[in-house]
Amino acid sequence: MYTDKVMDHFMNPRNVGEIENASGVGQVGNPKCGDIMKVYLDIENNVIKDAKFRTFGCGAAVATSSMATELVIGKTVEEALKITNKTVMEALEGLPPAKVHCSCLAEEALQSALWNYAQTNGLVIEGLEEPREVDHHHGEEEE
Amino acid sequence: MKIYLDNAATTKVREEVLEKMIHVLKDEYGNPSSLYNIGRKAKSYLDEARDEASKILNCESKEIYFTSGGTESDNWAIKGIAQKYKDKGNHIITSKIEHHAILHTCQYLEKNGFEVTYLDVDKEGKISLEQLEKAIKPSTILVSIMFANNEVGTIQPIKEIGEITKKNNIIFHTDAVQAVGHVPIDVKEMNIDLLSLSGHKIKASKGVGALYVRTGIKIEPLIHGGAQERKRRGGTENVPNIAGLGVALKLARENMEEDMAYVKKLKDFLVNSILEEIPHTTLNGSKENRLSGNANITFDFIEGESILLLLDMKGIYISTGSACASGSLDPSHVLLSMGKLHEEAHGSIRFSVDKENTMEEIKIVIEQLKPIISRLREMSPLFEDYMKNKKGE
Repeated sequence: MYTDKVMDHFMNPRNVGEIENASGVGQVGNPKCGDIMKVYLDIENNVIKDAKFRTFGCGAAVATSSMATELVIGKTVEEALKITNKTVMEALEGLPPAKVHCSCLAEEALQSALWNYAQTNGLVIEGLEEPREVDHHHGEEEE
Repeated sequence: MKIYLDNAATTKVREEVLEKMIHVLKDEYGNPSSLYNIGRKAKSYLDEARDEASKILNCESKEIYFTSGGTESDNWAIKGIAQKYKDKGNHIITSKIEHHAILHTCQYLEKNGFEVTYLDVDKEGKISLEQLEKAIKPSTILVSIMFANNEVGTIQPIKEIGEITKKNNIIFHTDAVQAVGHVPIDVKEMNIDLLSLSGHKIKASKGVGALYVRTGIKIEPLIHGGAQERKRRGGTENVPNIAGLGVALKLARENMEEDMAYVKKLKDFLVNSILEEIPHTTLNGSKENRLSGNANITFDFIEGESILLLLDMKGIYISTGSACASGSLDPSHVLLSMGKLHEEAHGSIRFSVDKENTMEEIKIVIEQLKPIISRLREMSPLFEDYMKNKKGE
């Protein structure tokens, strides 16, 4: 049900862990939906030097977190903001319909960490909005 | 290496069953409804299997009706009784932890004018007899409570339920798909009026099962057609599969005590080792009152599908307590009904041991499991929070 890319990122997740004194930290999801993602960013001169994550969730949740951190490293804050769930999904060569919400969670985790970075540094970044609690729809559920 | 520990999902067809099925498929092609020799011969296989089913349940062979499996038997029992007795009442009592073959059938009936009460279960997954008695109304026509739960293995107080339904003159159906062949069943002593069983859970093939209907209980057919199965279930009988089911039932009955003692020994070793050697683990369900082969365990801070996938990479096959892997992302309705938290329900997996498994396999599973659990916890923000809180204390 998962692509080779997803399995690779699940079996060998990149950037697992945490960054001490991170520039930005974001955590999204809740136990009810079964996925929680926490992303740490190290930002220097507006460039993301490093990213780490910890995830509670299924194979797709781990893989999307791993891919999102890999995509974000080396990017400027503005470029990082453009990473959407679609970007993550395409990089993973697709997700089963019921697991698309995992990629949304990855996008939100990044945004949430960036928001935290902006808040602590008193920055206003165009296009960056305060994260809000989203009730994820799992798609393809039975009625 | 391949270690199969998902025998509650399905079992491998046993050699004796396969031999019988192949023989019937190849050589006994007659239609059991035909009057000539090869038809009569085909019918004799049905008779043999019916006889075996009656022996394992302690009923008459004419009370056994072959079906396409557990789901059909459950559908037939619920819809067939509801339809036949609707003039007497429209109320059905079941539990919150039934298989979807029961729950979804009951929900369907609710859309069609029936009223259904879903009984709660306690933290071990058992219904309350008191709550059952209180739920009974003059309009109650049917009580359907599963014999043993497929996820957590809890065995219900079937005999006591049977006493209550008998006293109140209500029909009692039990979904015994997980129990037949694993637990002694006596439909007379337990006052069971209808019982569903399935072949592939006891080493027969998929696509075959049976419904026991006590003599005197009226039931509307689910599948209309010819005069097969005493005019109650149309369609030419699935002779090879039914013949195989007969063999599986016979062998299950003859070796039940010995097989279950062996399976329980392996399961207990697995459970005790996990609980002792892996911290933050809990056995779900009842410690004693459960199916011999079932072990449902919560691993705190991590999610079941991840465990499943990593074990799969090692050739070990188990299933998640949460139905995450099977397309639905909702955590198990059974574990939630037992009062488990969402993250606990998401972090539960089921091992179901069979007599084909060996102690060596169980030991390998325990050794493979430890690094997998550590690795996933290393990755979990919930575990990170837990460790930080612990340090802060």
